Amino acid sequence: MKKKKKYEKIVFQSEKEVPMMPMSVGSMLFNKTGAWRNIRPVIDLENCIQCGICWKFCPDVAIYIENEYPVVDYEYCKGCGLCAEECPTKCIAMVEEEK
Amino acid sequence: MRKVIMGNHALSYGAMLGRSQVIAAYPITPQTQVVELLSEMCADGTLDAKFIKVESEHSAMAACLGASLAGARTFTATSSQGLTLMHELLHWASGGRLPVVMGNINRAMAPGWSIWSDQNDSLSQRDTGWMQFYCGSNQEVLDTVIQAFKVSEALHIPSMVILDAFSLSHTYEVVDVPDQDKVDEFLPPYKPRIRITPEEPHAFGGLTGPEHYFELRYKLQKEMEKAPALIEKTGKEYEKFFGRYLGLVEDHRCGDAELILITSGTMGNTAKVAVDMLREEGMKVGNLRIKVFRPFPFETVRKILKGARKVAVVDRNISYGYHGIFYQEVKSALYGQDSNLPLFGFIAGLGGRDITPETFREIVQYTKEKDRPEEEIVWIGVKR
Repeated sequence: MKKKKKYEKIVFQSEKEVPMMPMSVGSMLFNKTGAWRNIRPVIDLENCIQCGICWKFCPDVAIYIENEYPVVDYEYCKGCGLCAEECPTKCIAMVEEEK
Repeated sequence: MRKVIMGNHALSYGAMLGRSQVIAAYPITPQTQVVELLSEMCADGTLDAKFIKVESEHSAMAACLGASLAGARTFTATSSQGLTLMHELLHWASGGRLPVVMGNINRAMAPGWSIWSDQNDSLSQRDTGWMQFYCGSNQEVLDTVIQAFKVSEALHIPSMVILDAFSLSHTYEVVDVPDQDKVDEFLPPYKPRIRITPEEPHAFGGLTGPEHYFELRYKLQKEMEKAPALIEKTGKEYEKFFGRYLGLVEDHRCGDAELILITSGTMGNTAKVAVDMLREEGMKVGNLRIKVFRPFPFETVRKILKGARKVAVVDRNISYGYHGIFYQEVKSALYGQDSNLPLFGFIAGLGGRDITPETFREIVQYTKEKDRPEEEIVWIGVKR
């Protein structure tokens, strides 16, 4: 599995510490968007041809490749379904989240 | 070398001499010959830059952002509808502190469709955090582009170099095109404070909550406040190299003037002719041409207006529901000053209607005859 590091939230005390432009301030380490999801992508690895299209198309960089296969990061996946739509072998199913 | 070139090409030569590294532009109307010449220069090797042809001005500015973020000196040009289509990305450039330099030809906003001069396109980008330079001649256009790179890169704030449609953009004038090696000496390569490389990737423009956003904007304003002094300093340095001073404003016979006209762009030069004419007739008039609109040179304007008895601001633009936009700035510059200087606001030349020395004679006449303007807005040359 992807290593989950423990991060400290970046809080600048003075404007002098704030970078000139909004760059790498770590806000997304804490703004986990997975909770927005109504439907979740479930990948059937049996039929996966390792083409990487889901990885490439994911607009939120919530699919990463591990041991040459795609893995969904459910902490961030918003459930847009683009990966399922683009998958050439249709091996990604969008499954309703349980309440 | 002295060349006879049109205003559009003065922008192109400025971008070339500034050694732009990436130029992204939309090639069709409201585009002008600015990027046509630059694309030729890129194709024949005169300019070692990447020319990116895009499908809209929105994309043009987006491409400029990416290039600037990667550390390239970046240039684009547009007009009217194209500029306003970029509006969202203008905030990205300034908020991202990317020193993009852009030429904008002042053309009236549609509808009705127009390619004639009017400042509403650029002035409606007033609050985007870009510096705005209004030029009065083709020479000034070229000189401003080179200086804009320097000032922008020092402050990490983008610049818009603005010229009137037709009366500059398509008008040929003699322009001294400086030698490349002298420009190189004046303007060394861009050294970004922060840049993104594949070796050192960063997330740019990510979610920024209330605890940090405020400071980012504070910092942008604080840097912008340094611009007037830096523009003057850079102007003096440029003058040492090339013998021409840009600065914040042009003061034409304001010293002992009782009535001062405030103008911008090419009509500012027409006003000079009118001032000389009226001086011959014994009227003590002067012309203050504002070259830099953002940051607005409040201090300089106050100083020059100190001795005046009356001031007439001429706007080739309008903020509907209030007044001319330069008028508003001058009015707020004067607030809290000791004098209760009568300020007259004129609107003239919208959509490219000619502003001639006679227009200024009419303006001066009105201002002279009345203690205060009889209407909030005095319209000059409108068919009523």
